[in-house]
Amino acid sequence: MKKIIAALISAVLVLSALPFSVYAEDEYFSDEQIEYYENLGLQGTTVNVYNWGEYISDGSEGSMDVVSEFERLTGCTVNYTNYESNENMYSKLTGGGVSYDVIVPSDYMIDRLIDEDMLLELDYGNIPNMKYINEKFQHPFYDPDQKYSVCYNVGTTVLIYNKNLVNEEPDSWSVLWDEQYKNKVLIFNNPRDAFAIGQAMLGQDFNSTSEQDWVECAELMAKQKDAVNPVYVMDEVFNLMESGEYAFATYYAGDYLLMVENNPDLGYSFPKEGVNAFYDAFCVPVCSKNKKGAEAFINFMQEPQVAFENAEYIYYRSPNVTVEENEDSSFYQSDVIYANNLNTQYFKNLPQNIIELENNLWTQVKSGKLSEENKEQEKRIYIECSVIGGLAVIVIIGKIISNSKKKKEQDLSDLYD
Amino acid sequence: MKKKMSPLSRLYIALIFVFLYAPIAVMMLFSFNSSTSTYVFSGFSLHWYKEMFADSTAMQALKNTILLAICTAFVSTVLGILAAVGLFNSKSRLYKRAMMTATNIPMMNPEIVTGIAMMLLFVFAGALVNKTDVLGFWTLLIAHVTFSLPYVILNVMPKLRQFDMHVYEAAVDLGCKPVKAFFKVVMPEILSGIITGCVMSFTLSLDDFIISYFTNGPSFQTLPIYIFSMTKKRVKPDMFALSTLMFVSILVLLVLMNIAQSKADRRGKSEQK
Repeated sequence: MKKIIAALISAVLVLSALPFSVYAEDEYFSDEQIEYYENLGLQGTTVNVYNWGEYISDGSEGSMDVVSEFERLTGCTVNYTNYESNENMYSKLTGGGVSYDVIVPSDYMIDRLIDEDMLLELDYGNIPNMKYINEKFQHPFYDPDQKYSVCYNVGTTVLIYNKNLVNEEPDSWSVLWDEQYKNKVLIFNNPRDAFAIGQAMLGQDFNSTSEQDWVECAELMAKQKDAVNPVYVMDEVFNLMESGEYAFATYYAGDYLLMVENNPDLGYSFPKEGVNAFYDAFCVPVCSKNKKGAEAFINFMQEPQVAFENAEYIYYRSPNVTVEENEDSSFYQSDVIYANNLNTQYFKNLPQNIIELENNLWTQVKSGKLSEENKEQEKRIYIECSVIGGLAVIVIIGKIISNSKKKKEQDLSDLYD
Repeated sequence: MKKKMSPLSRLYIALIFVFLYAPIAVMMLFSFNSSTSTYVFSGFSLHWYKEMFADSTAMQALKNTILLAICTAFVSTVLGILAAVGLFNSKSRLYKRAMMTATNIPMMNPEIVTGIAMMLLFVFAGALVNKTDVLGFWTLLIAHVTFSLPYVILNVMPKLRQFDMHVYEAAVDLGCKPVKAFFKVVMPEILSGIITGCVMSFTLSLDDFIISYFTNGPSFQTLPIYIFSMTKKRVKPDMFALSTLMFVSILVLLVLMNIAQSKADRRGKSEQK
């Protein structure tokens, strides 16, 4: 027993000693850059970064491990943690008890955080690499005075289709309501992106504050559920589309390039009714304890080499002009990533009553409460369950009765033995 | 009364095992896949095992998870033994009943209720002492010990009941100090209950997601939280390699424990003879 414990402890120690980051053989950075970060005086401090999962170049497959490089150049420690949605990040911030220095919210979430005074104003003197950000992405709609954020990634939603299963290139979202593609459609599994498709079809404003608009959109989505029975997925969409079994998927533009590497039969289209354009940007929340470290990290992320490595890993469009002009980029002059002149709308922060309405309608659409077919299916399920339940009750009662009979006989036979 | 197993029961057992382990088998198969797809097996390679070690965030999360699990197992086992012995020796039945009910609460409670309650408690306590970044390793440890303690107590209590108290009293009568008598006489008997409780709390802490999600902080991220955060972009197959390694190591641990247990049983039986 003791030997087993000793073996286990030594195994754990060996595992912890394994090198878990591989540094590249050659230096990524010029001497000026190295000197700049060394002279910031951040040695010994800690920076808490809270980012999406898989949203930074992390050293896999020979790419740059950005976090380790930053730690090496500045001498500070980075606590890098992850979240999977804006709403969960927001609830972590409002829950309290935490102190993050850098967060990466999406456009509408930044809008909300600014309204609620949860962001610190950035000192752009500490972020000289702001000069690399494309003019188009400075002074964005959610931060028009450019005080709180530095853009990280931009992109749009896109319609992906399988050329083997679809006859002609689609140019409208209406193909997702076409019954000939029943059971072969994948849709976003979050309310904002999914309803945006319906709103585009109805010609509504993605940020409409009219409750009637949202109800109409939800009914359209419920009709879609009846017509094609879509599967609501997020990251599962990669495997499902690559398998070649599904005709359509809605997802984000850069992810199409990742999918087409594994399945060259896939095509993309930007439907004419409009797509959603999104931004993700760095911000510093009010609870931050190391603003200087946060600004240094944000500046580091816009260094040309770092922005390039990140874009190569994440496959979303970087607002950094050096990446766009870099001929070594995997999507240099790609039509998917650098699509211009698209019919796009942005997501803004919605008022609280609309958010609650949206969530309620989404639950109703997904659970089928709004669709007619589902009501009958529910009735059938109730009937089947009560039949099985009734049978089970009868069997149990039968067993109890026979058991008590056996016990009586046993008692009687005990008496006489 | 031992019956020979009919072929139908064998088939049933085989089906149950397939149902339980098919997902893990598929995951282990695709951890050796040479491409990122989990649908098409395009070739055998150890690529993802190498990648797994290069992913520094995942390795840090793994270290954190294992460290937390070991600390939780240790603390909850010690506290659990003390609690079980104390409850066993208490004279008042009402007190015993009340304490056992209180012990069962963290077990019965939905995890999300416990998680949110602990988070609110820690933030409130932090506000009282003017500390704004209170969530971290210690809050995680406290929360994990809270929900694994009942399992340890429930595993140790039956063993204590089986134990013959007269042996302990005899030891004390013969001049042994009570604490020493406890370690020398009582512990070996209840050891199997302690070990079961320890392993259970290790496992529960290792795979806990909901409570960790609410009570963790910027400095300490566990593996389930890291994997969950990958649900916008795809989960990379190096996570399959990591899960395969964890599964294999836990399997090896259980097999070793079983061998050790059966050896101890056989020794016990031969001593009795």
